[in-house]
Amino acid sequence: MPSNIFQFSSPATFYPLAGRLVPWFSVIAIILIAVGLYMSFFVAPTDYKQGEGYRIIFVHVPAAWMSMLIYLVMAGWSIVGLVFNARLSAMMAQALAPTGAMFTFVALWTGAFWGKPMWGTWWVWDARITSELILLFLYLGYIALIGSIDDRRRGDRAGAILLLVGVVNIPIIYFSVEWWNTLHQGSTIKMNAQTIMDETMLVTMLIMACGFWAYSIAVALIRVRQIILQREHHASWVREIIGDQA
Amino acid sequence: MKARQQRLMLILIALAALGLATYLVLNALGGNLSYFFSPTEVIEGKAPTDRIFRLGGMVQADSVARAEGDLTVTFTVTDHHKSIPVAYTGILPDLFAEGQGMIAQGKMNADGVFIADEVLAKHDENYMPPEVAAAMDAGQKAKLQSTTN
Repeated sequence: MPSNIFQFSSPATFYPLAGRLVPWFSVIAIILIAVGLYMSFFVAPTDYKQGEGYRIIFVHVPAAWMSMLIYLVMAGWSIVGLVFNARLSAMMAQALAPTGAMFTFVALWTGAFWGKPMWGTWWVWDARITSELILLFLYLGYIALIGSIDDRRRGDRAGAILLLVGVVNIPIIYFSVEWWNTLHQGSTIKMNAQTIMDETMLVTMLIMACGFWAYSIAVALIRVRQIILQREHHASWVREIIGDQA
Repeated sequence: MKARQQRLMLILIALAALGLATYLVLNALGGNLSYFFSPTEVIEGKAPTDRIFRLGGMVQADSVARAEGDLTVTFTVTDHHKSIPVAYTGILPDLFAEGQGMIAQGKMNADGVFIADEVLAKHDENYMPPEVAAAMDAGQKAKLQSTTN
């Protein structure tokens, strides 16, 4: 057992740890999302203005939060990777990218489905929606960029720089509804004013958000284990594992 | 300074420079990134007069009137400071109502009426059950009454 946390930056020690964590986060994700969806449909009250249609918020808002949070985490791993020259950081960023792209797409997709009945349009080019679309392109661009460079170290470094340049987009997405006039309404959960949302609705949204967190961690760990095996296939400990299965 | 500290400093300086550049760009673009003009901005002449733009604000209470025989609706849009009359022919979104937000796309005509060819509803960020909304409404009215008396 490693005696300090930095030893987990070695793929060989992280691989089994990630394997042990996956079932826990998977179970937590399944329970929280099941409870959250049940509350979304059957427990949370009808909205005074939007009726039943507002219930898409319980997927839309947590997905949008995750889309921004995962990007920030990937940018954080990029800094760690560039500063400490740690291989595992780039693998973590790479493992998170498809999940981040998926949540960005889900946020845009559910937003379109919500916009049509409430606003009267599937899509508008307002600051919030456009900057979220740019976030999707950043994720796809990152995935394409690291995939197109054969030299892993160069690819990781190019990907890290792309992620860090794109990080300016995150505050733009978050504050777009305050800085400019937008069709998209402001944030319900405010840092500097009272949140006006029914308590049951708020709890449901937070449960869904925690469920999405657990899901993201679980799939990222599953994915990082595959990436470790692929990239470290020359190492003797990987050969032992692959040899066991073959 | 160790090599890794140098790299960290370089990253932080680059990020700060990038942040500053973004701030300056957004600052220069300013209001061009806004999706709509408020009635006050339109009356102050900040909106284009010769082409299509978007007008956003609240639909004034008791201002919505429907023409006989067709789908034309006229109403007044206000930002609680200035207001502009709007005419629109077409189907309104379900959330369109007096006292609610809306964004219309169209052009000013010679009489100072905004001729809209699209109307979207803008809703606020508050979510609650109808009973609570009714109770808050009643509370608001009671408060207004006690201050006027």
